[in-house]
Amino acid sequence: MYLYTYDGSFEGLLTVVFEAFERKAWPTAIEQEHQAQPLLIGETIAVTTDEQKAGRVWRGLQQRLSEEATQSLFHTYLWEHTGFEMLFFEYVRLVFVSAGNVEGNYTASCVLQVQQISKQVHREKHRMEAFVRFQKTADGLFYATVSPDFNVLPLIIRHFEKRYADQRWAIYDTKRHYGALYDLNATSLVSLEASALPPKQQGILAPDTLDEEEKRYQQLWQVYFDHVNIPERKNPKLHLRHIPKRYWKYLSEKQPRFLSN
Amino acid sequence: MDSRITEKLSILADAAKYDVSCSSSGGKRKNENKGLGNAEGMGICHSYTEDGRCVSLLKILLTNFCIYDCAYCVTRKSNDIKRTAFTVQEVVDLTINFYRRNYIEGLFLSSGIFKNSDYTMERLVRIAKKLRQEHKFNGYIHLKTIPGASEELIQEAGLYADRLSVNIELPSEQSLQQLAPEKNYTEILQPMGAISNQLILAKEEQKLFKSAPAFAPAGQSTQLIVGASAEKDYQILQLSNQLYKGYSLKRVYYSGYVPVSADNRLPIITEPPIIRENRIYQADWLMRFYGFKYNEIADEQHPDLDLEIDPKLSWALRNRHFFPVEINTADYEMILRVPGIGVKSAKKIVSARKFAPLQFDHLRQMGVVLKRAKYFITCQTKSLQRQDYDSELLRRKILFGEGSVRSALLTQQLDLFRQAG
Repeated sequence: MYLYTYDGSFEGLLTVVFEAFERKAWPTAIEQEHQAQPLLIGETIAVTTDEQKAGRVWRGLQQRLSEEATQSLFHTYLWEHTGFEMLFFEYVRLVFVSAGNVEGNYTASCVLQVQQISKQVHREKHRMEAFVRFQKTADGLFYATVSPDFNVLPLIIRHFEKRYADQRWAIYDTKRHYGALYDLNATSLVSLEASALPPKQQGILAPDTLDEEEKRYQQLWQVYFDHVNIPERKNPKLHLRHIPKRYWKYLSEKQPRFLSN
Repeated sequence: MDSRITEKLSILADAAKYDVSCSSSGGKRKNENKGLGNAEGMGICHSYTEDGRCVSLLKILLTNFCIYDCAYCVTRKSNDIKRTAFTVQEVVDLTINFYRRNYIEGLFLSSGIFKNSDYTMERLVRIAKKLRQEHKFNGYIHLKTIPGASEELIQEAGLYADRLSVNIELPSEQSLQQLAPEKNYTEILQPMGAISNQLILAKEEQKLFKSAPAFAPAGQSTQLIVGASAEKDYQILQLSNQLYKGYSLKRVYYSGYVPVSADNRLPIITEPPIIRENRIYQADWLMRFYGFKYNEIADEQHPDLDLEIDPKLSWALRNRHFFPVEINTADYEMILRVPGIGVKSAKKIVSARKFAPLQFDHLRQMGVVLKRAKYFITCQTKSLQRQDYDSELLRRKILFGEGSVRSALLTQQLDLFRQAG
């Protein structure tokens, strides 16, 4: 019985893989340091993150897997649900002990699970790209908050960098307390205390911090949303399948109407 | 708040909403100039209307003044409605400001015809040009070409737009004459042919010179109205097939006719034929992604699609001799033809069976839906169902058997159908 603990970083998790193979001591559990309960029987191995060791594991995986599959493994890390570390480990172990490529082997439960998790994470990523709504502040920053089901902020940065190359923007994850800030040259990850981001209250900025035209465009968007609807075709079930209620908090068109139209 | 813009937006969004296309995919415009926007690859739906349609683009008319009097159209000359028009600058400002806030992927601009075709088309082109050149806008632009606009203007439109479309609206020349007397098929098909030729030409030039200008990189599409005229589904699919093959269209959209007029040239219906529209879309998918020929889906003997069951199941019930299909050995093409198995499931099956012989449990774990498929497949010669039901019994089992849930809408529309018939 071996319990591995690590610092919660992706590199840390890869270091755990390295150590387990080095010792030929397969983990029965992998947990983050601050959450781990000491074992009654068996050994606890506290792993210190080592970038070189992590790098060797990652390059090994890249040689044996397609980019899509290594991406799915990274998604499994961002999924964050209980037990993701062991699932990650099982998949990686299968990769290193198998002679051929294991990617399409959906009869192995860890391969199928990783594929399904990756799909979930990818869908959440796509939803964030779709449902994020920026508000323009008086100093010209476009600001949005998110609280995604999975930790997808690292996955959406590239999309917004390409899209809004000519405007300063920030997206803040209110659940995980960190954000991305783009300053026209590069994006940096920031946590709120240490940054210049405006304070957030459920994603609503104080009216005096907003650009004078902001409200007007939110109103126009609501007007547009109401008039593009065809009442004769109303289909609430389909509507909810596409935008489940938990996403409505992001959407200005789903907020109370500024004016009756 | 500027109430004039609000009013214009209400009227001109309302008038544009019957155009069902909202696709923003297939563009190739990258943000290479440190400008605004990026339209490469996948489209994004930023919201959904309460009728469940994707909202991806700012879809508006430039104006709802129109010199034509097409019976099916809300904007027709004889309709007593409020008329208005945007200025070029207003459309540009709305597009840019909506885009910067991540409300939309871009602009879908159409228009009623005021003064004449070229006058209208010229304004649409001017808006697209302004967005591209003055605002370095790389988001998606879909322009509707105005029937009768000159070839030079259409060519210029293609330089700035990602997609061009010419709506056919009515699926036969005869219906067009009846309901839209000012239009004719030649006038519609000519620009469609011109765009198609330009697309081919631009692609060839880009093979030779990388810097050759792109022409509507997301291709062209059209729309057919279903249920405003008497055409059978068979004729509609035949027309779509010709359009896909002959004019290399990216998409044909189908719009179930929403009663917007009491014009006596039109059928009297109380609600749009949503189920029929859905079946035609399913048939369209079968033609484009499942390797079906249009006349396998509907033909003169079966001119209308079955409203109760999907067209693939309907085909399978007429062609029982192809089944059961053995999941472990059948070709990918044949697995795709099994009712209830989609492209993703078929691909997973073909991939997983290389590693181990597949059982029904494997299929369930992979998320293959067996409700319909189980009647048409075997796994290692085992079957979950008797295979000797006749087609009529099978149909009833699938429709009314245990666990078959029917949508309230379907039941309701079928009931209406029975009452009418």
